Amino acid sequence: MARSSAAIGLPAEAKLIEAAGHAGVPVPDVLHVLTSNDALGDGFMMSRVLGETIARPILRNDEFVGARDVLAAQCGVALADIHTISLDGLPNELQQSGGLAQISQYEEIYRDFDVPRPVFELALQWLKANAPDPIDTVLVHGDFRLGNLMIDEQGLVAVLDWELAHLGDPREDIAWLCVNSWRFGQTQNRVGGFGRIEDLLTAYNAKRGTDFTAKDVDWWEMLGTLKWGIMCMIMYEAFRSGADPSVERAAIGRRVSETEIDLINLLETTHA
Amino acid sequence: MHDQPSVQELVAAVKSFIDDTAAPQLTGHAAFHARVASNALATVLRDLEQRPGAEASERQGLIDLLEASDDQSTAELNRALSERIQAGEITIATPGLLSHLKQTAMAQVEIDQPRYSGLKTAKR
Repeated sequence: MARSSAAIGLPAEAKLIEAAGHAGVPVPDVLHVLTSNDALGDGFMMSRVLGETIARPILRNDEFVGARDVLAAQCGVALADIHTISLDGLPNELQQSGGLAQISQYEEIYRDFDVPRPVFELALQWLKANAPDPIDTVLVHGDFRLGNLMIDEQGLVAVLDWELAHLGDPREDIAWLCVNSWRFGQTQNRVGGFGRIEDLLTAYNAKRGTDFTAKDVDWWEMLGTLKWGIMCMIMYEAFRSGADPSVERAAIGRRVSETEIDLINLLETTHA
Repeated sequence: MHDQPSVQELVAAVKSFIDDTAAPQLTGHAAFHARVASNALATVLRDLEQRPGAEASERQGLIDLLEASDDQSTAELNRALSERIQAGEITIATPGLLSHLKQTAMAQVEIDQPRYSGLKTAKR
Protein backbone atom coordinates (compact mmCIF):
# COMPACT_ATOMS: atom_id res chain seq x y z
CA MET A 1 0.00 0.00 0.00
CA ALA A 2 1.00 3.65 0.21
CA ARG A 3 2.97 2.56 3.23
CA SER A 4 6.14 1.67 1.33
CA SER A 5 6.63 5.13 -0.17
CA ALA A 6 5.86 6.99 3.06
CA ALA A 7 7.45 4.55 5.53
CA ILE A 8 10.41 5.91 7.48
CA GLY A 9 12.41 2.68 7.72
CA LEU A 10 13.02 0.41 10.69
CA PRO A 11 16.05 2.09 12.34
CA ALA A 12 14.23 5.45 12.34
CA GLU A 13 11.09 3.77 13.66
CA ALA A 14 13.08 2.32 16.56
CA LYS A 15 14.49 5.77 17.43
CA LEU A 16 11.01 7.21 17.34
CA ILE A 17 9.57 4.55 19.66
CA GLU A 18 12.36 5.28 22.14
CA ALA A 19 11.65 9.02 21.99
CA ALA A 20 7.94 8.33 22.51
CA GLY A 21 8.71 6.13 25.49
CA HIS A 22 10.80 8.87 27.09
CA ALA A 23 7.89 11.26 26.59
CA GLY A 24 5.57 8.97 28.51
CA VAL A 25 3.71 7.47 25.55
CA PRO A 26 2.90 3.81 26.23
CA VAL A 27 5.16 1.85 23.85
CA PRO A 28 7.13 -1.40 24.07
CA ASP A 29 10.76 -1.07 25.14
CA VAL A 30 13.23 -1.15 22.26
CA LEU A 31 15.74 -3.79 23.39
CA HIS A 32 18.11 -3.87 20.47
CA VAL A 33 18.45 -2.19 17.08
CA LEU A 34 20.18 -4.41 14.56
CA THR A 35 23.56 -3.22 13.31
CA SER A 36 25.73 -4.39 10.44
CA ASN A 37 27.54 -6.64 12.99
CA ASP A 38 24.31 -8.63 13.37
CA ALA A 39 24.26 -9.34 9.61
CA LEU A 40 20.47 -9.62 9.70
CA GLY A 41 19.53 -6.52 7.72
CA ASP A 42 17.43 -3.71 9.18
CA GLY A 43 15.30 -4.37 12.22
CA PHE A 44 14.88 -4.03 15.96
CA MET A 45 13.68 -6.10 18.89
CA MET A 46 11.07 -4.94 21.36
CA SER A 47 9.89 -6.18 24.74
CA ARG A 48 6.81 -8.39 24.64
CA VAL A 49 3.58 -6.59 25.47
CA LEU A 50 0.39 -8.49 26.22
CA GLY A 51 -2.94 -7.31 24.86
CA GLU A 52 -5.35 -7.33 21.94
CA THR A 53 -4.90 -5.42 18.67
CA ILE A 54 -7.80 -6.78 16.62
CA ALA A 55 -10.65 -4.28 16.46
CA ARG A 56 -13.62 -6.64 16.53
CA PRO A 57 -13.06 -8.18 19.99
CA ILE A 58 -11.97 -4.83 21.44
CA LEU A 59 -15.24 -3.26 20.26
CA ARG A 60 -17.57 -6.16 21.04
CA ASN A 61 -16.27 -8.50 23.76
CA ASP A 62 -17.39 -8.14 27.38
CA GLU A 63 -13.84 -8.30 28.73
CA PHE A 64 -13.11 -4.92 27.11
CA VAL A 65 -16.22 -3.12 28.37
CA GLY A 66 -14.18 -1.22 30.98
CA ALA A 67 -11.44 -0.45 28.48
CA ARG A 68 -13.95 1.01 26.02
CA ASP A 69 -15.19 3.44 28.69
CA VAL A 70 -11.77 5.00 29.24
CA LEU A 71 -10.10 4.48 25.87
CA ALA A 72 -11.11 7.77 24.23
CA ALA A 73 -9.59 9.78 27.11
CA GLN A 74 -6.50 7.53 27.15
CA CYS A 75 -6.06 8.07 23.41
CA GLY A 76 -6.39 11.81 23.99
CA VAL A 77 -3.60 11.74 26.57
CA ALA A 78 -1.36 9.52 24.41
CA LEU A 79 -1.85 11.74 21.35
CA ALA A 80 -1.17 14.86 23.42
CA ASP A 81 2.07 13.27 24.67
CA ILE A 82 3.09 12.29 21.12
CA HIS A 83 2.37 15.81 19.89
CA THR A 84 4.45 17.30 22.68
CA ILE A 85 7.62 15.36 21.82
CA SER A 86 10.44 17.76 21.03
CA LEU A 87 11.24 17.84 17.31
CA ASP A 88 14.93 18.34 18.10
CA GLY A 89 16.81 15.10 17.75
CA LEU A 90 14.09 13.20 15.91
CA PRO A 91 15.30 11.02 13.02
CA ASN A 92 16.09 12.89 9.80
CA GLU A 93 13.93 10.46 7.84
CA LEU A 94 10.77 12.18 9.06
CA GLN A 95 9.17 14.22 6.32
CA GLN A 96 7.11 17.35 6.67
CA SER A 97 3.59 16.65 5.40
CA GLY A 98 0.76 19.03 6.19
CA GLY A 99 -2.83 18.92 5.00
CA LEU A 100 -2.46 20.70 1.67
CA ALA A 101 0.71 18.75 0.83
CA GLN A 102 -1.19 15.52 1.44
CA ILE A 103 -4.03 16.67 -0.81
CA SER A 104 -1.52 17.34 -3.61
CA GLN A 105 0.24 14.03 -3.04
CA TYR A 106 -2.94 11.93 -3.06
CA GLU A 107 -4.57 13.91 -5.85
CA GLU A 108 -1.57 13.18 -8.06
CA ILE A 109 -1.81 9.45 -7.35
CA TYR A 110 -5.56 9.50 -8.01
CA ARG A 111 -5.15 11.41 -11.31
CA ASP A 112 -2.47 8.97 -12.47
CA PHE A 113 -5.00 6.13 -12.26
CA ASP A 114 -7.16 8.07 -14.73
CA VAL A 115 -10.38 6.59 -13.37
CA PRO A 116 -12.53 9.64 -12.61
CA ARG A 117 -14.70 9.39 -9.51
CA PRO A 118 -16.98 12.44 -9.18
CA VAL A 119 -17.31 11.98 -5.40
CA PHE A 120 -13.54 12.23 -5.01
CA GLU A 121 -13.50 15.34 -7.22
CA LEU A 122 -16.13 16.98 -5.01
CA ALA A 123 -14.24 16.05 -1.85
CA LEU A 124 -11.01 17.47 -3.31
CA GLN A 125 -12.76 20.73 -4.20
CA TRP A 126 -14.33 20.97 -0.75
CA LEU A 127 -11.03 20.26 1.00
CA LYS A 128 -9.19 22.90 -1.02
CA ALA A 129 -11.91 25.51 -0.49
CA ASN A 130 -12.18 24.91 3.25
CA ALA A 131 -8.58 24.25 4.30
CA PRO A 132 -7.95 25.36 7.89
CA ASP A 133 -5.09 27.69 8.77
CA PRO A 134 -1.87 25.79 9.50
CA ILE A 135 -0.87 25.50 13.15
CA ASP A 136 2.38 24.56 14.87
CA THR A 137 4.09 21.49 13.43
CA VAL A 138 4.26 18.42 15.67
CA LEU A 139 5.32 14.80 15.41
CA VAL A 140 2.31 12.99 13.88
CA HIS A 141 2.01 9.22 14.44
CA GLY A 142 0.26 8.84 11.09
CA ASP A 143 -1.66 5.61 11.68
CA PHE A 144 -3.14 5.93 15.17
CA ARG A 145 -6.21 3.60 15.15
CA LEU A 146 -7.42 0.21 16.33
CA GLY A 147 -5.21 -2.41 14.74
CA ASN A 148 -2.13 -0.41 15.70
CA LEU A 149 -3.03 0.00 19.39
CA MET A 150 -2.49 -2.72 22.00
CA ILE A 151 -5.45 -2.87 24.38
CA ASP A 152 -6.13 -4.87 27.55
CA GLU A 153 -8.99 -4.85 30.11
CA GLN A 154 -7.74 -1.56 31.55
CA GLY A 155 -7.40 0.13 28.16
CA LEU A 156 -4.41 1.38 26.16
CA VAL A 157 -1.23 -0.64 26.71
CA ALA A 158 0.95 0.36 23.77
CA VAL A 159 0.99 2.49 20.62
CA LEU A 160 2.48 0.43 17.77
CA ASP A 161 3.36 0.82 14.08
CA TRP A 162 5.19 4.13 13.86
CA GLU A 163 6.35 3.69 10.27
CA LEU A 164 4.00 6.36 8.84
CA ALA A 165 5.13 8.99 11.34
CA HIS A 166 5.85 12.43 9.94
CA LEU A 167 5.92 16.10 10.87
CA GLY A 168 2.58 17.78 10.44
CA ASP A 169 -0.70 18.88 11.96
CA PRO A 170 -1.83 17.35 15.27
CA ARG A 171 -5.46 17.35 14.12
CA GLU A 172 -4.54 14.74 11.48
CA ASP A 173 -3.95 12.05 14.14
CA ILE A 174 -7.15 12.87 16.04
CA ALA A 175 -9.25 12.77 12.86
CA TRP A 176 -7.68 9.60 11.44
CA LEU A 177 -9.00 7.76 14.50
CA CYS A 178 -12.47 9.10 13.62
CA VAL A 179 -12.53 7.99 9.95
CA ASN A 180 -15.57 5.73 9.61
CA SER A 181 -13.53 2.80 8.25
CA TRP A 182 -11.64 2.78 11.57
CA ARG A 183 -14.87 2.61 13.56
CA PHE A 184 -15.20 -0.98 12.34
CA GLY A 185 -18.99 -0.91 12.10
CA GLN A 186 -19.62 1.00 15.34
CA THR A 187 -20.39 4.23 13.48
CA GLN A 188 -22.25 5.82 16.38
CA ASN A 189 -18.96 6.14 18.30
CA ARG A 190 -16.94 8.71 16.40
CA VAL A 191 -13.64 7.91 18.10
CA GLY A 192 -12.47 4.56 16.76
CA GLY A 193 -15.89 2.94 17.18
CA PHE A 194 -15.50 3.06 20.98
CA GLY A 195 -15.68 6.63 22.26
CA ARG A 196 -16.88 10.21 22.13
CA ILE A 197 -14.81 12.93 20.52
CA GLU A 198 -15.60 15.23 23.45
CA ASP A 199 -13.95 12.79 25.88
CA LEU A 200 -10.86 12.52 23.71
CA LEU A 201 -10.56 16.28 23.24
CA THR A 202 -11.14 17.10 26.91
CA ALA A 203 -8.25 14.83 27.89
CA TYR A 204 -6.10 16.03 24.98
CA ASN A 205 -6.67 19.74 25.60
CA ALA A 206 -6.06 19.36 29.34
CA LYS A 207 -2.72 17.66 28.68
CA ARG A 208 -1.51 20.00 25.93
CA GLY A 209 -3.17 23.28 26.78
CA THR A 210 -4.90 23.46 23.40
CA ASP A 211 -8.54 24.27 22.72
CA PHE A 212 -9.46 21.93 19.85
CA THR A 213 -13.16 21.37 19.31
CA ALA A 214 -15.02 18.60 17.49
CA LYS A 215 -15.44 20.99 14.57
CA ASP A 216 -11.66 21.26 14.19
CA VAL A 217 -11.63 17.55 13.41
CA ASP A 218 -14.16 17.67 10.54
CA TRP A 219 -11.86 18.84 7.74
CA TRP A 220 -9.21 16.30 8.68
CA GLU A 221 -11.77 13.50 8.86
CA MET A 222 -12.82 14.32 5.29
CA LEU A 223 -9.16 14.27 4.23
CA GLY A 224 -8.51 10.99 6.06
CA THR A 225 -11.54 9.37 4.42
CA LEU A 226 -10.39 10.48 0.96
CA LYS A 227 -6.86 9.27 1.66
CA TRP A 228 -8.13 5.84 2.71
CA GLY A 229 -10.19 5.64 -0.49
CA ILE A 230 -7.13 6.41 -2.60
CA MET A 231 -5.06 3.92 -0.56
CA CYS A 232 -7.65 1.27 -1.48
CA MET A 233 -7.21 2.26 -5.15
CA ILE A 234 -3.44 1.88 -4.72
CA MET A 235 -3.85 -1.61 -3.25
CA TYR A 236 -6.20 -2.64 -6.05
CA GLU A 237 -3.65 -1.27 -8.55
CA ALA A 238 -1.14 -3.80 -7.17
CA PHE A 239 -3.55 -6.50 -8.34
CA ARG A 240 -4.42 -4.86 -11.66
CA SER A 241 -0.76 -4.38 -12.55
CA GLY A 242 0.04 -8.01 -11.72
CA ALA A 243 2.37 -7.11 -8.84
CA ASP A 244 0.14 -8.92 -6.32
CA PRO A 245 -2.35 -11.37 -7.86
CA SER A 246 -4.11 -12.22 -4.56
CA VAL A 247 -7.90 -12.21 -4.28
CA GLU A 248 -7.54 -9.87 -1.31
CA ARG A 249 -5.87 -7.19 -3.41
CA ALA A 250 -8.52 -7.63 -6.11
CA ALA A 251 -11.39 -7.39 -3.64
CA ILE A 252 -10.12 -4.24 -1.93
CA GLY A 253 -10.92 -2.34 -5.11
CA ARG A 254 -14.56 -2.88 -4.17
CA ARG A 255 -14.03 -1.06 -0.89
CA VAL A 256 -13.37 2.29 -2.53
CA SER A 257 -17.15 2.79 -2.67
CA GLU A 258 -17.27 2.60 1.13
CA THR A 259 -15.21 5.76 1.29
CA GLU A 260 -17.41 7.36 -1.38
CA ILE A 261 -20.52 6.87 0.75
CA ASP A 262 -18.62 8.12 3.83
CA LEU A 263 -17.52 11.23 1.92
CA ILE A 264 -21.11 11.85 0.80
CA ASN A 265 -22.32 11.50 4.39
CA LEU A 266 -19.69 14.01 5.53
CA LEU A 267 -20.38 16.42 2.65
CA GLU A 268 -24.11 16.32 3.42
CA THR A 269 -23.39 17.30 7.03
CA THR A 270 -21.13 20.19 6.07
CA HIS A 271 -23.57 21.40 3.42
CA ALA A 272 -26.70 21.11 5.60
CA MET B 1 -26.43 -20.51 -26.17
CA HIS B 2 -27.15 -22.78 -23.24
CA ASP B 3 -27.58 -21.41 -19.76
CA GLN B 4 -28.05 -24.53 -17.71
CA PRO B 5 -26.33 -23.95 -15.41
CA SER B 6 -26.58 -20.18 -15.66
CA VAL B 7 -23.62 -17.98 -14.73
CA GLN B 8 -25.38 -17.25 -11.43
CA GLU B 9 -25.81 -20.95 -10.69
CA LEU B 10 -22.15 -21.67 -11.49
CA VAL B 11 -20.89 -18.88 -9.26
CA ALA B 12 -23.25 -19.95 -6.45
CA ALA B 13 -21.98 -23.54 -6.79
CA VAL B 14 -18.34 -22.45 -6.55
CA LYS B 15 -19.18 -20.26 -3.54
CA SER B 16 -20.86 -23.22 -1.82
CA PHE B 17 -17.81 -25.36 -2.51
CA ILE B 18 -15.53 -22.74 -0.91
CA ASP B 19 -17.80 -22.21 2.09
CA ASP B 20 -18.81 -25.80 2.82
CA THR B 21 -15.91 -27.92 1.58
CA ALA B 22 -12.68 -26.01 1.03
CA ALA B 23 -12.67 -23.34 3.75
CA PRO B 24 -13.24 -25.72 6.69
CA GLN B 25 -10.08 -27.60 5.70
CA LEU B 26 -7.90 -24.49 5.52
CA THR B 27 -6.06 -22.66 8.26
CA GLY B 28 -4.23 -19.37 8.70
CA HIS B 29 -3.69 -17.17 5.69
CA ALA B 30 -5.33 -19.61 3.27
CA ALA B 31 -8.50 -19.71 5.39
CA PHE B 32 -8.58 -15.91 5.40
CA HIS B 33 -8.21 -15.77 1.63
CA ALA B 34 -10.98 -18.37 1.24
CA ARG B 35 -13.30 -16.05 3.16
CA VAL B 36 -12.25 -13.12 0.97
CA ALA B 37 -12.85 -15.27 -2.12
CA SER B 38 -16.31 -16.25 -0.93
CA ASN B 39 -17.19 -12.63 -0.24
CA ALA B 40 -15.93 -11.69 -3.70
CA LEU B 41 -18.26 -14.26 -5.27
CA ALA B 42 -21.15 -12.83 -3.26
CA THR B 43 -20.26 -9.45 -4.77
CA VAL B 44 -20.26 -11.05 -8.23
CA LEU B 45 -23.78 -12.40 -7.68
CA ARG B 46 -25.08 -9.02 -6.49
CA ASP B 47 -23.32 -7.27 -9.36
CA LEU B 48 -24.93 -9.57 -11.94
CA GLU B 49 -28.34 -8.86 -10.47
CA GLN B 50 -28.14 -5.16 -9.59
CA ARG B 51 -25.72 -3.53 -12.04
CA PRO B 52 -28.07 -3.18 -15.04
CA GLY B 53 -30.67 -1.22 -13.06
CA ALA B 54 -28.09 0.73 -11.06
CA GLU B 55 -26.15 1.75 -14.15
CA ALA B 56 -29.28 2.82 -15.98
CA SER B 57 -30.20 5.08 -13.04
CA GLU B 58 -26.67 6.46 -12.84
CA ARG B 59 -26.66 7.14 -16.57
CA GLN B 60 -29.98 8.96 -16.50
CA GLY B 61 -28.81 11.01 -13.52
CA LEU B 62 -25.64 12.02 -15.38
CA ILE B 63 -27.57 12.97 -18.52
CA ASP B 64 -29.97 15.12 -16.48
CA LEU B 65 -27.20 16.77 -14.48
CA LEU B 66 -24.99 17.52 -17.49
CA GLU B 67 -27.89 18.19 -19.86
CA ALA B 68 -26.03 15.80 -22.13
CA SER B 69 -27.21 13.83 -25.16
CA ASP B 70 -27.62 10.09 -25.06
CA ASP B 71 -24.70 9.28 -27.37
CA GLN B 72 -21.92 9.25 -24.75
CA SER B 73 -20.91 6.23 -22.71
CA THR B 74 -21.49 6.27 -18.94
CA ALA B 75 -17.71 6.40 -18.41
CA GLU B 76 -17.48 9.47 -20.68
CA LEU B 77 -20.35 11.11 -18.79
CA ASN B 78 -18.63 10.45 -15.44
CA ARG B 79 -15.42 11.92 -16.83
CA ALA B 80 -17.30 15.00 -18.00
CA LEU B 81 -18.93 15.42 -14.58
CA SER B 82 -15.56 15.02 -12.85
CA GLU B 83 -13.98 17.66 -15.10
CA ARG B 84 -16.80 20.12 -14.48
CA ILE B 85 -16.55 19.63 -10.70
CA GLN B 86 -12.78 20.10 -10.94
CA ALA B 87 -13.30 23.29 -12.97
CA GLY B 88 -15.74 24.60 -10.39
CA GLU B 89 -18.60 24.73 -12.92
CA ILE B 90 -20.58 22.20 -10.92
CA THR B 91 -20.37 22.57 -7.14
CA ILE B 92 -21.82 21.06 -4.01
CA ALA B 93 -24.56 23.70 -4.28
CA THR B 94 -25.60 22.63 -7.79
CA PRO B 95 -29.16 21.30 -7.52
CA GLY B 96 -29.27 17.56 -7.97
CA LEU B 97 -25.53 16.91 -7.68
CA LEU B 98 -25.37 15.61 -4.13
CA SER B 99 -28.50 13.49 -4.51
CA HIS B 100 -27.19 11.98 -7.77
CA LEU B 101 -23.82 11.15 -6.20
CA LYS B 102 -25.52 9.74 -3.12
CA GLN B 103 -27.89 7.50 -5.07
CA THR B 104 -25.03 6.25 -7.22
CA ALA B 105 -22.70 5.60 -4.28
CA MET B 106 -25.46 3.84 -2.35
CA ALA B 107 -26.23 1.57 -5.31
CA GLN B 108 -22.51 0.76 -5.62
CA VAL B 109 -22.11 -0.07 -1.92
CA GLU B 110 -25.28 -2.23 -2.06
CA ILE B 111 -23.32 -4.36 -4.53
CA ASP B 112 -19.83 -4.09 -3.04
CA GLN B 113 -20.40 -4.18 0.76
CA PRO B 114 -24.14 -4.16 1.59
CA ARG B 115 -23.49 -4.44 5.33
CA TYR B 116 -21.16 -1.44 5.43
CA SER B 117 -22.05 0.92 8.29
CA GLY B 118 -21.83 4.04 6.11
CA LEU B 119 -24.67 2.71 3.96
CA LYS B 120 -26.98 2.60 6.97
CA THR B 121 -26.01 6.18 7.78
CA ALA B 122 -26.79 7.23 4.21
CA LYS B 123 -30.24 5.62 4.36
CA ARG B 124 -31.25 7.64 7.41
